[in-house]
Amino acid sequence: MSNEGVDDGRRRFLTAATSVVGAAGAAAVVWPFLASLKPSAKAQAAGAPVQADISKIEEGQQVTFVWRGSNIWVLHRSKDMLASLPKVAPQLSDPNCEQDQQPAYCKSETRSIKPEYLVMNGKCTHLGCSPSFKPDHPAPEIDANWLGGYFCPCHGSKYDLSGRVFQGMPAPLNMVVPPHRYVSDTVVMIGEDPTDAKGAA
Amino acid sequence: MKRLTFSAILAAACLSLTAGLMPSLSRADEGPATLQFREDVGNLPSAQRGARDFMAYCSGCHAMKYLRYNRLAKDLDIPDDLLKSKLMLGTDKLGDPISSSMPVKQAEAWFGRAPPDLTLETKARGSAWVYSYLQSFYLDDKRPLGVNNPYLPGVSMPAVLGELQGWQKLEPPIKGEEEDAPKFELVQAGTMSPQEYKEFVADLTNFMAYASEPGKSDRIALGFRVILYLLVLLVLTYFLKKEFWRDIH
Amino acid sequence: MAIVRNPYKTTGFLGWIDDRFPLTKMWKDHLSEYYAPKNFNFWYYFGSLALLVLVNQLLTGIFLTMNYKPGADTAFDSVQYIMRDVPWGSLIRYMHATGASAFFIVVYAHMFRGVLYGSHRKPRELIWIFGSLIYLVLMAEAFCGYVLPWGQMSYWGAQVIISLFGTIPYIGKGLVEWIQGDYVPADATLNRLFSLHVIALPFVLVGLVFAHILALHEVGSNNPDGVDIKAKKDPATHIPLDGIAFHPYYTVKDLVGISVFLIIFSAVIFFAPEGGGMVLEQPNFQAANPQVTPPEITPAWYFGVFYAMLRATPSLFHSALPGVIVMGGAVVILFFLPWLDRSPVKSWRYKGPVFRSLIILFAIDFCVLNYLGMQPVSPIHTVIARIGAVIYFGFFLLMPFYSQWEKTKPVPERVTE
Repeated sequence: MSNEGVDDGRRRFLTAATSVVGAAGAAAVVWPFLASLKPSAKAQAAGAPVQADISKIEEGQQVTFVWRGSNIWVLHRSKDMLASLPKVAPQLSDPNCEQDQQPAYCKSETRSIKPEYLVMNGKCTHLGCSPSFKPDHPAPEIDANWLGGYFCPCHGSKYDLSGRVFQGMPAPLNMVVPPHRYVSDTVVMIGEDPTDAKGAA
Repeated sequence: MKRLTFSAILAAACLSLTAGLMPSLSRADEGPATLQFREDVGNLPSAQRGARDFMAYCSGCHAMKYLRYNRLAKDLDIPDDLLKSKLMLGTDKLGDPISSSMPVKQAEAWFGRAPPDLTLETKARGSAWVYSYLQSFYLDDKRPLGVNNPYLPGVSMPAVLGELQGWQKLEPPIKGEEEDAPKFELVQAGTMSPQEYKEFVADLTNFMAYASEPGKSDRIALGFRVILYLLVLLVLTYFLKKEFWRDIH
Repeated sequence: MAIVRNPYKTTGFLGWIDDRFPLTKMWKDHLSEYYAPKNFNFWYYFGSLALLVLVNQLLTGIFLTMNYKPGADTAFDSVQYIMRDVPWGSLIRYMHATGASAFFIVVYAHMFRGVLYGSHRKPRELIWIFGSLIYLVLMAEAFCGYVLPWGQMSYWGAQVIISLFGTIPYIGKGLVEWIQGDYVPADATLNRLFSLHVIALPFVLVGLVFAHILALHEVGSNNPDGVDIKAKKDPATHIPLDGIAFHPYYTVKDLVGISVFLIIFSAVIFFAPEGGGMVLEQPNFQAANPQVTPPEITPAWYFGVFYAMLRATPSLFHSALPGVIVMGGAVVILFFLPWLDRSPVKSWRYKGPVFRSLIILFAIDFCVLNYLGMQPVSPIHTVIARIGAVIYFGFFLLMPFYSQWEKTKPVPERVTE
């Protein structure tokens, strides 16, 4: 039934050309279906940065905001609280924030942009419970040398007033600090980095 | 090219018979004839003005709950600061949809009916209808709000744009022109001239047409590229078929 | 007869598969060594096109179901969510809605081919029966699908169609409530139609298509001349003289048909996705409102023929039951075609003048009835629809007579071009 020679070459060329063009078309058709699985405009809107007014938070007080379904704590640290941070450093697992639990601009003892305000995701890095805020000291029931911090009731993990985890805890990492920037002295935009106004992913 | 078989011609005849009758299918047979209106959603300045005017005059009562501000800003090329100052009257979140401040229960008590959401209005009733409706409020002292509209007899909506358009009376239809759109006579001038008001309504309708399908211009642009690709594919498959069918005698 | 494992004795990776699964056998039996008549014409594209549209509906349907929320309070909003918030959602939705209409255009052409060339005649009666079942299930599937957006037309269309069941004496009212799961079409109705549309009917549809193609391959394809190609085989190879391997000849030809189809399909989804009000109807851009009836309640365009007949049939004792029976009869009569057609020849090419004129009349009648079904009721429309219904039924019911009595032309021994 088939003819040999020139026809064969033409046949092969046409088959190859059609296959390539067809495959390109097929890929172009598949793409929108896969892309439709990305977060929708509704999800993006719900996950948009949250504007937090921190003007009314008194010293020593902590307020909770919600961003992307997580509790974000804003703690207004007193001078005492800030002073405790270097003191507990020797007892901490990762005092210098080497693990990637905070943005680059929060890699410090205070883990924040402004020293007096800690903006942090209030979730224990062990199994996700919400640690309790324990600023009062002494508190021998928590720790012999307690200078204030967070204590997780689920499995006993302890954190300092920058959310840095103590050594020997079930929790392996410091609590997460989300991207955030100061719109003004009293307003924080949780979910956006300072250099990139369009916000983190 | 083989000669077309009789049955293929028959098929074409049947299809064109039904297709030729199609224009009559989409026409709504009830209600007065509408004014001529051609959507011009590609006209960005018109849609932008329409957006501004919708927020100013309509969003107090009518929501567009399916249209988000950030989508509107992207499609109509409106910078964020203008968006926030001129358009975002109810909320400050760019991802939020256009909502109205009118509480539903109160609206039903005041007007008898909650003002409907308008996102899809130009698709539900046609843009020519919206264009006509907004120009056709007339004085009618038998109605509780003092106005009526031939496109929605007994309408519960007040003549919100009366200040701009002015106030008009409904003229009885002229013999021989009953099929035409209703005509009116202006009895009190508004802040806009009739031509200005026409353009105002055109902008508003263009914006609403945009809102009912924000992705329209993208869809059309993509369509050209897809058809072009398919024509290339058709040429290739045609020659491929011809090549293989040399075998068949 | 024993099943022979790996009858082609393939080796390597393919051999490993063939030792355990009849892959090469299936490839040969159904593609590379399935011999189809070489004279397939324009009407023979529609089978593969129907398969293409089925795949389109399944794929787009899967992705729509990922975002659609069935429920009287959430359905309409979720469709707008798909149209606006889901990346590419609008395109997927347009493909699905247009695909539904395309399915019926393709299927009607496919069925017409059958009547033209006698593809329902022995030994292909079962292919025709499966096909008729596919058509019935497809109508149910399309009806369920149209209700899902829960717009005004979805709701009121459901109301009208389900109420047809109420015309059945004695059990009608209870039946309607049972179908609805409520006293009126409501959330319960929507949810069960969703289940039918997404799971139950697609399974049945795919199964029937499978059976349809299997039955076809068992006896071999008919052709425009109605000639049995298996009657003349090559003595050495046993391949029908007028047969050609489906692959590559018809796979390659169907690619051309698919390209043309895709151009038309794309033109609709990208430039006129609402189909001039036929694919996405205007009232359906308003959320369902049980308190407000739209001025015109029409079913989707592809039900036009049956809707026209339903409306044209006069009521009896205030019951629309006669119309329901006529409408149902119009579908059921299709199943009997293999036994109504008693012509000595299969293809209309060789039938007598009666059949040839009547089938043209039937085709025109079908289009006219379909058109009438989409229009508002009027006295003149009713008269034409009644005449149309008589022609429709006449074509079938008189067929046992005229197909036997009319003079036919001699059928060639070999296929013609």
